[in-house]
Amino acid sequence: MLEQSKTVKEIKAIVFRLQNEEYGVDVQQVRSIERLEHITRVPNAPDFVKGVINLRGVVTPVIDLRKRFGLPLTSYTDQTRIIIVRIDEIEVGLIVDAANDVIDIPEEMIEAPPEIVGGVGAEYLRGVAKIGTRLLILLNLEKVLLMNEVEQLEQFEA
Amino acid sequence: MELNQYLDMFLEESKENLQAINENLLKLEGEPNNLSYVQVIFRAAHTLKGMSATMGFEDLATLTHEMENVLDQIRNEKIAVNEGIMNQLFSAVDRLEEMIAAIENGEDGKMDVSKEVSSLRKILTSGGEAANEDEKVKPTAPSPVEKTYEYDSYQVNILLQSLRNGYQAFEIEVELDERTMLKAARAYMVYSALEEIGEVIRTLPSVDELEEEKFDRSFSLTLITMLSKEEVEKTINRISEIRRVEVVRLSKGSIKSLNEVAASSAMTEEKEGVSPNLSQPKDGEKGEEERDVHPIRRHHSSKTIRVDTERLERLMNLFSELVIDRGRLEQIAREIGSPSLTEVVEHMSRISSDLQNLVLTIRMVPVEQVFNRFPRMVRDLAKELGKQVNLTITGAETELDRTVIDEIGDPLVHLLRNAIDHGLESTEERKKKGKPIPGEISLRAYHSGNHVFIEVSDDGQGIDREKVLKKAVAQGLVTEREATQLKEEEVYRLLFHSGFSTAEKVSDISGRGVGLDVVRSKIEALGGSVSVLSERGKGSTFRIQLPLTLSILSAMLVEIEREKYAIPINSILETLSLPKEEIRVAHKQPVLDFRGKVVPLLSLKELFSIPSSGEEREEVSVVVIRKGEKLVGIEVNDFLGQQEIVLKSMGKYLHNLFAISGATILGDGQVALILDPNALIK
Repeated sequence: MLEQSKTVKEIKAIVFRLQNEEYGVDVQQVRSIERLEHITRVPNAPDFVKGVINLRGVVTPVIDLRKRFGLPLTSYTDQTRIIIVRIDEIEVGLIVDAANDVIDIPEEMIEAPPEIVGGVGAEYLRGVAKIGTRLLILLNLEKVLLMNEVEQLEQFEA
Repeated sequence: MELNQYLDMFLEESKENLQAINENLLKLEGEPNNLSYVQVIFRAAHTLKGMSATMGFEDLATLTHEMENVLDQIRNEKIAVNEGIMNQLFSAVDRLEEMIAAIENGEDGKMDVSKEVSSLRKILTSGGEAANEDEKVKPTAPSPVEKTYEYDSYQVNILLQSLRNGYQAFEIEVELDERTMLKAARAYMVYSALEEIGEVIRTLPSVDELEEEKFDRSFSLTLITMLSKEEVEKTINRISEIRRVEVVRLSKGSIKSLNEVAASSAMTEEKEGVSPNLSQPKDGEKGEEERDVHPIRRHHSSKTIRVDTERLERLMNLFSELVIDRGRLEQIAREIGSPSLTEVVEHMSRISSDLQNLVLTIRMVPVEQVFNRFPRMVRDLAKELGKQVNLTITGAETELDRTVIDEIGDPLVHLLRNAIDHGLESTEERKKKGKPIPGEISLRAYHSGNHVFIEVSDDGQGIDREKVLKKAVAQGLVTEREATQLKEEEVYRLLFHSGFSTAEKVSDISGRGVGLDVVRSKIEALGGSVSVLSERGKGSTFRIQLPLTLSILSAMLVEIEREKYAIPINSILETLSLPKEEIRVAHKQPVLDFRGKVVPLLSLKELFSIPSSGEEREEVSVVVIRKGEKLVGIEVNDFLGQQEIVLKSMGKYLHNLFAISGATILGDGQVALILDPNALIK
């Protein structure tokens, strides 16, 4: 499907959909992709934390990525997936509209993120890759998960 | 013998014995005339000696041997206990402890014990009775009067029965020639020769010890036979290299049960011909199994086994999964309603409950393990400071997770030292204040809710708020203006500030402060907290709260609107339902009348912003929870019942959530959050 050069470094990315955009996260950071199941709300948690799920015996927090990025909320569908990511010691699920692809992205194809892409703040982005006709937005998960910053931002806005 | 494989056992058992010695020395110090303590100390010291010798720790063996000699004289009332002797004994124990610790650290346990040995010997010489170096193994000359011999109850039974059946019983003492080369072989020959003519029911020392040549030149045997005394003597005398044989016929009267002896504690009247100590059981009930069994192998097979904590951790995790599945099965069985399925599930539940208790208790250790070193420490410290201190320990049986136990000792030492050094006034001061001269220090452990509390209290002078504040202001921890507004608790909290401990002469501030920040950080590292209560002139209490670190707990599941929460059963006082109109409002706070007490009613619906299910109810269901004396009611929609739940961490991402201490997975696979009642009660 893609032209590949063996000398070029590549990133394997899980591709998911959110508000008609395609996003990618490094497959190294992805533990699994789960169907939506019962989520237990956690009181007094940040509002984008949808709650916790039972992930094969491990209580795992899940984040509604739309809410996290300030995108309009929609109801969950059959396509809705939870991408379980792990960064350092933290394991978190990301609720996305759909997830269905894994692709290799040559590193050279990744460009710095433009100031504004589909409403998601640039600080969450690692870059943008154009692959054929597809435009893939690569997430900077560390930033996405960072909570302190969010809390500060919210305070600031308030 | 491969010694390394016994080293762990040796260490553990040595510590046990040292602990017993320490404890009973303290008791003896309190009641110098109660010789039953001496007996216990003697046995422990003796066991220790035997083990050390077997393991090749000569210095340990030498010192314990010397202690034994002194103790022997004391229990025979040849010398009386006095402070000097007590101090010598204590310092000998300290030395032994040092050696054991050194061995534990991989050293060879060699240490110069000559000072302790010579002071112990001095006691003997000055006590009038010269110590007999070999007294433990060499029988003293038989007295003309009929002696009594001590046996454990099992042996007594055999002996008495044999006598009734017309057998003869003999106590035979054999002394080998000095030039005997293979003592063990010679002893074995005696043993087997006697076995041919009767039954040897006991040897002193034990058969194993004889085989390992753990005796000097003499040993004794108890024989049951049909033959006469002369024939028995002849049998033994046929064996060469035997210097002396003495055969004493046992009569009913000369057989004494060890249990009796221990119970009456009247061993002063005993004239011990044979050294009874060599295989004396540690306590009466163990008598039977201890015969002729090697001292090291002896306890261990039944007492402890060392397990890698990591393995236990895995066992716990696997078991947690099982508990969750059990919950699920129970639910499925209820839904299906098939009697045979229900029956099987119920049975499985019962078994797994038992299993669960077992698994949990494996990791739990009574705090006693830590507490029991404190009486000694307090004694020494009190002496050092010239104060009189009564230490009361309660709740030593309270169990805590092993990992916590290992860590909690140091902070407690700190707090106890503080209490004695700074909390308690000097003797003169107490006299002046009209307080009883001995200061009271109490160490208390108890369970409450999901936690274990350990308190160190003293009835001393309490904390001087002004002094603490002055110091805090001087150190810039608070401003002068803030200082005047601080509540008591906040003032005391300053004591735990790290700035406080580095300052010189902190003990000015009615003493609290030295190292308290270390105490705090250690306890917080364990997931606990520490707080102080104090009243001027009456004393202070330091309270440590520790998590059980248990992953399985009993909880009440409740439903609030459509959400399920688990409330740890330990903090629930009662559940009740009452008509809505019985809820009053006091100061904008809904309250209820709970047995004449006004208890605030919390609405988790509001606190947790739980979406309403739109249901309206006439009755209000309330869970009354408590934290110490304080009560709070929590309004719920329904009680779903009590259940064992597995405590799961919420992970690193969600932490410091208000009033949520963790989560659990219910039978249907859903996650329920566990309330932290402590956070709900201020």
